[in-house]
Amino acid sequence: MIQSLADGILVGAIVSLGAIGLTMVMHMLRFANFSHAELLSIGAYSALVFDALFSGILPILANKIGPLSMTWALILSMFCAMGATGLSAVLIDRFVFKRIRDKGDELSMVFASFGVALIIRNVLGLIFGLKSQLYSNDIVFAVMVSSDPLLLIKPDQVFVLLAALLIMLVLQFVLSRTTLGYALRAVAENPSLAEVSGIRLSWVIALVWIIGGMLAAAAGVFYGLNNHINPVIGRDLVLPIFAATIVGGIGSVFGAVLGGFIVGISANMALLILPSGYSPAVPFMIILVLLLVRPNGLFGETQT
Amino acid sequence: MMGLISYLVFFTTIASILAIAVLGLNLQWGNTGLFNGGVVAFFGAGAYGTLLLGGAPQADHIGGFNLFYPLALIGGAVAAGLLAWVVGRLTLHLRHDYLAIATFGVAVTFENIMRNAQGFSGGAKGLRGFTRPLEAWVNDGLTYNVLFLLVVSVLLICTYVFLERLIRSPYGRLLRAIREDEIAARSLGKNPGKIRLAAFITGSCIIGLAGGLYATFYAFVSPQDVLPTLTFQLWAMLIVGGAGNNRGAIIGTFLIWAAWTASGWSLSRFAPVELQIYTGTMQFILIGLVIVGMLLWRPQGLFPERLVVSQSGRKKN
Repeated sequence: MIQSLADGILVGAIVSLGAIGLTMVMHMLRFANFSHAELLSIGAYSALVFDALFSGILPILANKIGPLSMTWALILSMFCAMGATGLSAVLIDRFVFKRIRDKGDELSMVFASFGVALIIRNVLGLIFGLKSQLYSNDIVFAVMVSSDPLLLIKPDQVFVLLAALLIMLVLQFVLSRTTLGYALRAVAENPSLAEVSGIRLSWVIALVWIIGGMLAAAAGVFYGLNNHINPVIGRDLVLPIFAATIVGGIGSVFGAVLGGFIVGISANMALLILPSGYSPAVPFMIILVLLLVRPNGLFGETQT
Repeated sequence: MMGLISYLVFFTTIASILAIAVLGLNLQWGNTGLFNGGVVAFFGAGAYGTLLLGGAPQADHIGGFNLFYPLALIGGAVAAGLLAWVVGRLTLHLRHDYLAIATFGVAVTFENIMRNAQGFSGGAKGLRGFTRPLEAWVNDGLTYNVLFLLVVSVLLICTYVFLERLIRSPYGRLLRAIREDEIAARSLGKNPGKIRLAAFITGSCIIGLAGGLYATFYAFVSPQDVLPTLTFQLWAMLIVGGAGNNRGAIIGTFLIWAAWTASGWSLSRFAPVELQIYTGTMQFILIGLVIVGMLLWRPQGLFPERLVVSQSGRKKN
């Protein structure tokens, strides 16, 4: 019970990071981006590449930090991966979504995002192989926090949770205290009015993609650290991330964070009752319940 | 020679069944502008529904009602329609992309339940033990397949004629009106929510019918038949053929199905052995490229929708 809660909180933190970017894109560009979860894969794999690179150049970086299986090289790689993924997100928008957006059809964007997801997922599979990979092959033992009720926690998990919360705090600061954040919110509220006030729409859109991509990359690395990296990360996480977005209400960053934790915790709790084979279906159950009870999400505005 | 003929019969049967599903999808996306991200769930509902209703009783799971075959097929289509009703009621009044997310979720969940619910669907090993209708009367496999192809073709033509008449009728005009401008349609006293729901259910029933035929043809269905792959294939068929054009939808189905089987065959034939496991991966990239490429460069498809102008704007003098 308490173990499921702990595991759920961790999964929730990862899902939250993915959902923040998705909710911002869905709010600003008004389309459900089915390729967003693939950004997590891009992040996880590019960190793998950078990690190998840094450990190769400076072997001293490959030492582990304290009790973690994380190395300095991996931390450095994570930041590089965040940049690379943000850049990929902007490029994908430039080459695909922007061109369809200019034709003015929102549903075609949803459709295109399916195609983009399919391409990214399988190109990654082609490059890196279909087998699962790990950042580190060392076994990290979980620490028994308490024996009754049984609670085992890996040092990595604590690190991931703290890092995720820190990233969310930084984002909160950027959104609420900087001109950048004001511009972002202004465009989300009313694009034309924001443009009249001198905000470059194309820059703000690029900014949203960069933020979304960076958060997704961090989520991807954290997911890889706790599970393993394979080309179907995106396929497995797309529904939980959508569930978190809908639970929180489209456009609400705080809602996405809360939604992520709700989805993560309830998905883990549900496994106490349901056989584990059903776990992929749990996010959808959450979506169903929410649509019945509160269709606009916990913090969403009524929109048509 | 016989091998070639029997392969052609097989190919045409599968392509015709898929064409029926694409026609159903066209009613949803092409004519009404509804994005169904989980076509395979409705296809699967039809497939499982038909086999459960029409199959012989089995020891380890429910179903096997031994229903008269046409009734079982209709039952499968109704099952797909019921699923569509539930999803549509929940999402059609919300932002347009909720339907996409919900249908996508339905597809994941459907596959998941079919894989796990042993007592209901046979689990991962699927539903076996279905005797195809009249199979005992025709002892030759090829003759049976030719007869089955005839039935499928008749159903395809019926679906085509039904949809053509539907979209030419005032009702079809209403569907397009809602797709183009919902507020204008509402100002004329129409109820877009209700009509969208009706179109979504009708399309899903047609997709379910295709699923039922598919399962009948193989006399077997398993979770492997309801993977998201099928959704992507059907989408590619529609977008290549031309959304909104029924004839285009059928031609697109045959083109993409031919391209899919040909690419699978040539990859397994000519690609180096170590790349063989990536056959599926490469095919998926191709499908993704087809979808994105069509949307970018030719969103109207190879056979664009022909605009039906009811009354020309100019006055006749």
